[in-house]
Parts: sequence; structure tokens; C-alpha cells
Amino acid sequence: MLSPAALQQIDREVAKYPPQRKESAVMSALRIAQTERGWLAPETIEFVANYLEMPPIAAFEVASFYNMYDLSPVGRYKLTVCTNLSCTLMGAESVAGHLKQKLGIGFNETTPDGKFTLKEGECMGACGDGPVALVNNVRMCGKLTPAEADRILAELE
Amino acid sequence: MAQIEIDGKQVTVADGSTIIEAAEAAGVYIPRFCFHKKLSIAANCRMCLVEVEKAGKPLPACATPVIEGMKIFTHSEKAVQAQKSVMEFLLINHPLDCPICDQGGECQLQDLAVGYGGVSSRYQEEKRVVFNKDFGPLIAGDMTRCIQCTRCVRFGQEIAGQMEMGMAHRGEHSEITTFVGRAVASELSGNMIDLCPVGALTSKPFRYSARTWELTRRPAVAPHDGLGSNVALQVKQNRVYRVLPRDNDAVNECWLSDRDRFSYEGLYSEDRLNKPMIKEGGQWRECEWKDALEYAANSLNLIRQEVGAEQLGALASPSSTVEELYLLKKLMTGLGSGNVDHRLRHSDFSADAYRQGAPWLGRSVASLQELDRVLLIGSSLRSEQPLLAQRLRQAVKRGAHLNVVHVADDALLCRVAHKLIVAPDALAQALAQVVKALGERAAVDAEVQPLLAGIEVSETARSIAASLTTGENRSVLLGNVAQHHPRYALLHRLAQEAARLSGAAFGVLGEAANSVGAYLAGALPAPGGLNAGQMLATPRKAYILLGVELERDSYNGQQAMAAMQGAFVVALTAYKHRAHEFADVLLPIAAFAENAGTYVNTEGVAQSFRAAVAPRGEARPAWKVLRVLGNLFELDGFSQDNAEALTSEALGNTPLADKLGNALRPGMNLVLDKPDGGRLQRIGEVGIYQTDSLVRRAASLQKMSAAPRAWMHNSLLAQLGLSEDETVTVRQGDAAIQLSAACDDTLPAGCVRVAAGHEQTALLGGLFDEIRVEKSKGQQQTAEHTPS
Repeated sequence: MLSPAALQQIDREVAKYPPQRKESAVMSALRIAQTERGWLAPETIEFVANYLEMPPIAAFEVASFYNMYDLSPVGRYKLTVCTNLSCTLMGAESVAGHLKQKLGIGFNETTPDGKFTLKEGECMGACGDGPVALVNNVRMCGKLTPAEADRILAELE
Repeated sequence: MAQIEIDGKQVTVADGSTIIEAAEAAGVYIPRFCFHKKLSIAANCRMCLVEVEKAGKPLPACATPVIEGMKIFTHSEKAVQAQKSVMEFLLINHPLDCPICDQGGECQLQDLAVGYGGVSSRYQEEKRVVFNKDFGPLIAGDMTRCIQCTRCVRFGQEIAGQMEMGMAHRGEHSEITTFVGRAVASELSGNMIDLCPVGALTSKPFRYSARTWELTRRPAVAPHDGLGSNVALQVKQNRVYRVLPRDNDAVNECWLSDRDRFSYEGLYSEDRLNKPMIKEGGQWRECEWKDALEYAANSLNLIRQEVGAEQLGALASPSSTVEELYLLKKLMTGLGSGNVDHRLRHSDFSADAYRQGAPWLGRSVASLQELDRVLLIGSSLRSEQPLLAQRLRQAVKRGAHLNVVHVADDALLCRVAHKLIVAPDALAQALAQVVKALGERAAVDAEVQPLLAGIEVSETARSIAASLTTGENRSVLLGNVAQHHPRYALLHRLAQEAARLSGAAFGVLGEAANSVGAYLAGALPAPGGLNAGQMLATPRKAYILLGVELERDSYNGQQAMAAMQGAFVVALTAYKHRAHEFADVLLPIAAFAENAGTYVNTEGVAQSFRAAVAPRGEARPAWKVLRVLGNLFELDGFSQDNAEALTSEALGNTPLADKLGNALRPGMNLVLDKPDGGRLQRIGEVGIYQTDSLVRRAASLQKMSAAPRAWMHNSLLAQLGLSEDETVTVRQGDAAIQLSAACDDTLPAGCVRVAAGHEQTALLGGLFDEIRVEKSKGQQQTAEHTPS
């Protein structure tokens, strides 16, 4: 299911916890699995759960709780726009509206070419830079405006 | 101890107790949903908020420990306001579907909404909807009704030992679900229905069939495993609609296994025998009781006079009551035959002459939880005694070491310290290793010592021995597989020695509801009489069968059926089953719930019960049938008016505890033979939902029961040139059946696991005897059987 490299990464996370507490590494393991497989299919979650010797439902609880885990396939670039209070006050809705119009999709949708997925995010702890958006869970873009959003999209083309 | 005040009442409670426990002690009720005395504290429903002096905000009573001098107000304005607000929030997303909800009338949310809620809701917006999931044949889910108390989740984690339910998603989207919609598989799953405070999880077999206020509660004792769980039968118009647990901390606590909970469906099977029947000239006809009884009595008498009483045999089910078994024995004694037995699934009776008491658990059921060290021998405990497995799970959680010597490595859903998994014919060897390892610390009994010569002690056996010599409370327990094993006497003696050497209590787990009671009632061969094995190996001319379904209840169904051919058979049975193929008289008897009587559980506690409903059709309680038979034979002592009179006659006046005992008298001729590696052996333990006639006919439980397959290690599959899922021919003796091959790498080498008790496997041979497996030539799906 997962490559030896990914398993090695998971092992490194597992080693951070006592041997009887392998499930403590579930968040890291799910992240590593998602990075490799693109999203978390039920089989992927079950594989991770078995690997960490925990019930699959317990891993699913974690995977479904945090919205950076994707339980359905996403496009090559996942744009997560924060719509919590600070970002909204700073204009997140106009940025999100612009992205929706430009890409022709709503939140939780993927462009027909499979390139972009738009998601609504929760506070990312960078309110000072609001409005913010995340690209593929790793790249944070702050102080967004429709123009800045266009620039990022162009970069990802 | 802490002195506190609840609603102005002074109460002294133990340090560290929570407010909710203190209130209970003071007789003050605090509303709650997520709190349950047997589960961990979650404090997520917030219903139990109370006011505490000097605390700024209301505190959850279930999660707040008391401190000296604490003043608690459960009905103050602040507390009531908090409770009312919580109730308003809980009801925001709860549907108003009480009229069509099965929980209606026994719903905690309904009750507490009346007690603590407002008159109307201020919520005008759309309610959320949660799509229903299929939790399997036993639990119906209406998850929109769920209030996320997580009792079912915690039950899975803490009691059932497997987390099957979980709370997925977050906030308003959170919902209770299984992993990708899987069915709940736990053998204790029905308890989630009881735990659910609302109508989210309800009983599927009971669904929409009755309202709780129409039902009458009648106490009874569960008729399956040796625990004798206390149950309440819910009855309407002479029909059992539902079975619920009755709280009894000494037996089943507040739990019930699914087998005990849902087996009542079997009472209403199409296969019930409703009228007495006689076979005349190969044709069955229904008849009057009088005719059937006279025909049976006359024929038995004739056979007795012609060929002698020793040609009569009586075989009884260990699920029969003490009274029935006692009368059966008395009847046989009166007829001059000592051939009586209830141990149909046993194959080794050589310890009989050395037994000193009725085999029992060796300690109280409740004390299993306090064990520190356990050696479990030959037991698939989860299917044999689901709730005893739960008790041991709690002990392990406390830190107990559970050591296992068994023929299959089934998950016990708790940490197993050390295990020796060996083929059935090596089971005694494995146990001898443990005894020998224990012997390195203390002197082994002279009787057992010679057996240990040449035994090589493995590292695991040494670890088990080391584990058993530490800790305070220890038990050595013998399970059903050990009891059915062809070398049971030897296993028993070795286990007894292991217990003696380690200072552990020695226990034999009662196989059925009345296994201990059957010993006490004397349903055993009289001196010189034949035991169950002998009665079937050397066929008698006539048999009386009491509640047994011989083909599925015997050690060797094939042999049992052969013995019935040509014999005159009087079957007292609640079901027709295959008896119509071999019996001559069928007498319909009352089943569970229709019968008064007594069961003695594996701890040696006698529990009597009354009939809750009238028997189906013309069926009569078996003790009454036996009494009439006794009178027809003009025997003395068959004039009891009621079951109670019989109970005291059967069990006598001496305390039952004096009659219990597992230790064998010295002098047994013991031989420990080397495992014979050449042949394939069957591992034929009885499936969890195949133990007795009633459960085999409980439709919903049967949906939970997997079809039997031929399980083996992948090396054996390869050796036989078979592939997984392929249909193979499995042979024992003259029988050949088609099963699908399956791979289980935890099984010992040279073994084929074919579950017993199923209709498909009924006519195979001995449970732990030789078995052959080969590629199927044709692809015929039906079982072929060639009687000898």
C-alpha cells in the first residue's frame, strides 16, 4: 500500500512514542500516507490503522476530524481558503469568490481537468497575514487579494 | 472520607468519589446521559451540571470529585437553568419522531425532557439529518436521534474489547459510525442497545413489534453458557418479545451476551414440535399425549423385558433443568438401567471413577476480575463464555497475566502474556511442559512425575510457569475444547497439577447452562452403567433423548446417528430436527421461557425460574412428561406437584458448595503419548451460535454466524495442492461434505478447523479426530452423505 520510504517515515514518527503507544503517531502517519497516495481512501486509513495496531475506526475518527485530511480525491493543487473571522474581516470572501469564478468551481469541488480543488479552511494561526490560503497543505499564502490569487494561480499553471 | 452537603443533606462519602456517586449515595438523582457506572467518564453530554458553592460556573457532576466541605446544589436556580439549557441544546437536532421510535416509553431523553426541559423550543432553523447505517442483523441504527453521548463507543473500547463504533467528523457534523459502514461483529454488541439513552441504537429483531408499556417483565435465567446470566423476559400475549439483562454483579453485572439476548427468536421457529407424534409402519402421525406416552412406555417395557434394562440408554442435554435431569435419572434407575449421561460432546470419560465432586469454576464469577495470573487451557473463551471473557479482559486491564494453552490462536481482545498454540494431539504435551517447568520450583506429584520424563520444556512454557508463580490471585481454567478432547482425563489431571504447583484455584468452565446442575442432579452413568460415549459406540436397543439434537450435540454426530438406526427412540424435544429420521415417538416439550426449573451455574449457584409463557402448541414441561412416564411404569416417587418440590428433592439439603470439586482422586492410569504427526486432525470446536437447539434456530443470530469452512495453515493448503476459497471435500469416517477452503496462518500445522454444531458439519465424525481433505472432483455444492 505504501512505499518503503513512506513506511520508513512512519517508523520514525512511531519511534517518538513509547512502544505500547504506537497509535500516538496516527496523525503523522495519516499525513505521510496522504502525501503519498494523494488522499485518504478507506483502504489507506485501514492500512495505517493496522500498521499502528489500532482499530480502523479510531484512525477514521482522526482522519475525519481534521480538515487537512482529504477523505475524497482532490486535484493536483488544493487551495484551502480560510474563512474564519479574521480572514473574513480582511476580505477572504472576495478572494474566495474570485477563485470560484476564475476556476468555475465551488468549495469542495475540483476543476474538470483535475488540476485545482477549492476548500474552505479553518483558522491557520496566521491571522496577522489574513486573508490566508494554503496550497496543498504546505505552502501558506498571506495578505491575499484577487490579484494576488491570480498571481498564485498563474504560478501553479 | 469526605463530609459534604448535597441539597442541604449532610453526606459522608469516600475520598475521590464523584459528585454523581455521592448524590446517588444520598438518594439524590442527577440527570445524565453519557455517564454509566461501568464505563469511563466522558462528561460530554453536560446534562449533569450542578451548582457547587464557590465554583464560578456549574460543574459536571459525573467528572467532578468531591472535596471536604463541598456544598452541592442540584436543584438551585443556577443548576436548573444549566440543565434546562443543556436539554434545549440536546433537543435542537433531535427529531420529534417519538411516536414511531422504538425507544418511546423507555427513552431517557424523553423522560429527562419532561423532567428538565422547557415547554417549547426556540429553535426555528433546519434540523440536521444523519443518514442511517447498517450495523448488521442485531442493531438498528437511526442516527439522526443520536445525542453523541459515546456510551456505545466506550462500551466497545472498554467492555467488548474491540472498538467498532467511533465518532467521526466534527462539531455539528459529528456522527457515530462504524468503519466504512461495517456491521458490528462483537459477541456483546446487544449491550450497546441497552446503553443507548435514546432511540439511535435499537434492537433489530424487536423492531416495531411492541411498545415497552405493553410488555410484562418476567425474571428468568439465560439457557446457554455456564454463567447463567440473569435476564428479564418481556412478554405480551403469551409471547416473548425481547430479552434484557437483570443487574446482578455476582453473575452478569448489567451485561448480556448476544447469544442470551437474541436466542428467544428460536422459540418461534417453524421447526418447533407442537404435537406428540408416533411413527407407525414408517409413517409419522400426530396423536394424543396419552397414546404417545402409552406407546412409548409399552414399547420400552417390552424391550426391557426382552433384552434387559441395560439395553436402554438415556441421553440428555446439559441445558435441561436440574428437575428434568433428576427425574430422567430416577426413571432410568427405576427401569433398572444405569445408562444415563448428559456429556454428549465429551469423548474421554476415563476420569469418571476418580471424580470427587461436580466440576465447577473453582472460584466465584465476580472474583475472576480480581485475578492476577490466569492459565486458560483449551478454551475459545469468547465463544464459549462471552461474559467470562469480558471479566478476564477487565482483569488483564488491571494488570493480570493471561496465559493460554490452546489449539487455535483466536483473539481474546486483550493482552495475552504467553501462549502455546499446538495441535489437539499435542495439547497434553504442551500442558505437561508447563507442569514440568513449574516442577523446577516445587516437587511434582508422584503420580504425574513419570509423565514428564522426556518432555522438553519450551521457553514459552517456562515463561508461563514463571508468570503463574507470581501474583496474588491465580486460576487455572479448563475450557470446552479441553473437556471435549479425547485425552480430557489427562488434561484435567495435568491442569490440576499445574494449579497445585502454582497455588492457583483450579476451575472447569461449565459448558452449558446446567452442566454443574447435571452432575448434581445425577445425570451420569450409575456404577456399571454406560456413559454417553459407550452408549453411542455400542448401540442400545432403545434410547430416551431429553432435549438433545443428537446429530449436532454429540462428539461424533455420525456415530450417534448410526447408533440410532434400528433402535427404538423416544425423543423428548422442542424441535423436530432430524429426530423424525430416526425416532419412533416424538414428545413435544417446553423450551426456554416456557418451563419452570433450576440451573446451577459454573460457580455452583442454583438459580430457579418460573415459566414466563405457556408452551407452544401441546408441548409440556419435560419434568411433567417424565413424571407421567414414571407413573406409567408404575414406579414410586413420581408424584411431585410442582417444580419446587422436585428441586429440593434433586439438590438435597446439604449446601451445594460441599458437592463441588475438581480434584481427581489419585490412582488414575495416566499415559502421555507422543503426538502422531502423520495424520490431519480436526479442530472441531462448537461455533458460538451453534451451541444448542434454541440458538441454532434464532434467525438473527444465525445471520451473524459464518458458514463453516475448512480453515488451515497456508503450508497445509499448499501441501494439499489447494487454493483459498476453493471447494474441497472434507471426509471423516463415511461422511464427505463440500466446504470452501480457507487460510488461517495462526492455526497449528497438520490441523483442519471445521466448526461443529452446524447443520452442514453435523454428520462429520469426532470433533478432534482424524480428518481428510481433498480436492473436489465435481463442483457439486450439496453435501453427500453415505450412511454405513
